[in-house]
Amino acid sequence: MQALYAQLLVGLINGSFYALLSLGLAVIFGMLNIINFAHGALYMMGAFVAYFLLNLGGINYWWALLLAPIIVGIFGMILERTMLQWLTGLDHLYGLLLTFGIALIVQGVFQNYFGSSGLPYAIPDQLKGGMNLGFMFLPVYRGWVVIFSLVVCLATWFLIEKTRLGAYLRAATENPTLVRAFGINVPRMITLTYGLGVGLAALAGVLSAPINQVRPLMGADLIIVVFAVVVIGGMGSIMGSIITGFALGVIEGLTKYFYPEASNTVVFVLMVLVLLVKPTGLTGRAA
Amino acid sequence: MKKSIASLLLGTALAVTTAGAGFAQDKTVKIGALSDQSGLYADLGGPGSTLAAQMAVEDSGLAGKGWKIDIISGDHQNKPDIGTAIARQWFDVDKVDLIVDVPNSGVALAVNNVVKEKNGVYINSGAATSDLTNAQCSPNTVHWTYDTYMLAHTTGQALVKAGGDTWFFLTADYAFGAALERDTTAVITANGGKVVGGVKHPLNTPDFSSFLLQAQASKAKIIGLANAGGDTTNTIKQAAEFGIVKGGQKLAALLLFLTDVKAIGLETAQGLNFTETFYWDMNDQTRAFSKRFAEKMKNSAPPTMVQAGVYAGVRHYLKALEALGGNPHDGLKVVEKMKSMPTEDDLFGKGEIQPNGRTIHNAYLFEVKKPSESKGPWDFYKLVGTVPGDQAFTPLSESKCALLKK
Repeated sequence: MQALYAQLLVGLINGSFYALLSLGLAVIFGMLNIINFAHGALYMMGAFVAYFLLNLGGINYWWALLLAPIIVGIFGMILERTMLQWLTGLDHLYGLLLTFGIALIVQGVFQNYFGSSGLPYAIPDQLKGGMNLGFMFLPVYRGWVVIFSLVVCLATWFLIEKTRLGAYLRAATENPTLVRAFGINVPRMITLTYGLGVGLAALAGVLSAPINQVRPLMGADLIIVVFAVVVIGGMGSIMGSIITGFALGVIEGLTKYFYPEASNTVVFVLMVLVLLVKPTGLTGRAA
Repeated sequence: MKKSIASLLLGTALAVTTAGAGFAQDKTVKIGALSDQSGLYADLGGPGSTLAAQMAVEDSGLAGKGWKIDIISGDHQNKPDIGTAIARQWFDVDKVDLIVDVPNSGVALAVNNVVKEKNGVYINSGAATSDLTNAQCSPNTVHWTYDTYMLAHTTGQALVKAGGDTWFFLTADYAFGAALERDTTAVITANGGKVVGGVKHPLNTPDFSSFLLQAQASKAKIIGLANAGGDTTNTIKQAAEFGIVKGGQKLAALLLFLTDVKAIGLETAQGLNFTETFYWDMNDQTRAFSKRFAEKMKNSAPPTMVQAGVYAGVRHYLKALEALGGNPHDGLKVVEKMKSMPTEDDLFGKGEIQPNGRTIHNAYLFEVKKPSESKGPWDFYKLVGTVPGDQAFTPLSESKCALLKK
């Protein structure tokens, strides 16, 4: 039984990454109607920016948590301004292909210079060590990841669903022409939203840098699972993606305990089942 | 009289043609470097292995003697079906004579069959499974550098003898992990130890915390890592995070490469014991080669033992071709010649290729240095001991290779 608690907690930690990433995807899809396949590459960039900040600029983890999402977010906004914005109104497939291409290029460039096995990034001193919870030894850093990402997820949800800015955003996706008539700069809002989604990915990248390797393909390996999470949760649903992210992390953790061989397929099995029963996803509304 | 003149003429003509054929011996060679070019094994083999093959061709000096040697490379993406498809195309369309490298035991065993069927030459340096020269040995195959038997009988044995008599395995769930766990288990039980449990994880797993918790709960003294590349580095990093080593359990990194140590960082990796057959900083020859190699690498990395094995293997192959006077394009004949010649090169020293295709050379037990002991960006290892080749690799008496039953 103790082992089970430990596995649940570990699942929750992985779920934090799924939640942060799928949240960014959901925001971008919900507001821009773009299936952002570059999300994994941007997550990877977040980790690399943290690595550069530390090793080239001597800037520590805490500043990286703030700066990396901003830097990568700006990169994302440049992408949106120069490329993605021309795809408005076209079939989803074009956005998917474009972002997928961007992901391959970004990953290829990083791989060219840094190889594939990754770079070390140490856990910040304040979060080193661990505590004994009785049923398991919990590294402080992992606990921090769960709490921090939960806070970020809820803040994002609050921003979009409960504030005036969020209301503008949602309105702009429903009817851009009308919102523009009220004097709101819709294209700029769209760009900022893309920047926000990208920033969330980069933030997840910084969080994962001390746990996983900082390596060019870290996002490519994760993004497929995250897409499955988004599909299960329902495309474009903010709360849905947060809850599904955490839930699937837990389910995956349990699979690792009971039947480890299936641990990297269980998410997809669930996706198939959900799509068969409820094609719009668990919390998705019919289009 | 007429008859004898005719036969004389015929004899002369025959003599001329055979001599002519001797002169016109084919001196073209095509080498295919088949590897994981972008995934978790790309840094230990990958583009560096292609470079090693190129350097071997340059250093052989055969180009100056009228030989034409081409190298092509391919990415098997760690998938056996892709690996065999590339190998088939190389033999059928591109007329490749030799396939080198091929990390990932699953792919390596699949390609092994293709090379045999097409009568090519196969010098494997990247894969670990000892089956390549044991149950699944082939007259067309030479296995360089290392294998699971060697890893088990060096690192594994040393740990059991040092008191690590209970083991829990974290095993990569494919041919390689299975072979390494099997060979190490044999050593553990032979030395009076016991395997108390294990878990098989999928290849390329980013998070090992669940598995590590199970290992921790097992209370085994040694956690044996029967995995490689990115999987091993993630396991070691995360084991440190969960306080596993501090809790008194010891990690056995059965297979660890130079690039892995770099990825983990000395802070976490220090003190790990493991075995390799090549390290760049062994002697003047290895340092000279590694310097030339690193200058040509994009990330200035010195060669791993896999890449060194590719170099040494290709050098030996070209020596055999030179001794044959030309390329017969006959894998069986070339491998036979390679086996009949002792191996010697700057990187692995003197050695031999056994009848089952296993290359025998020294193996070295290393320990990862403390950060304070490291003097340069790739100064990672301390030499702890040397195991002579005949003790490190499968003795012929234990090999189940069909080639030995004659």
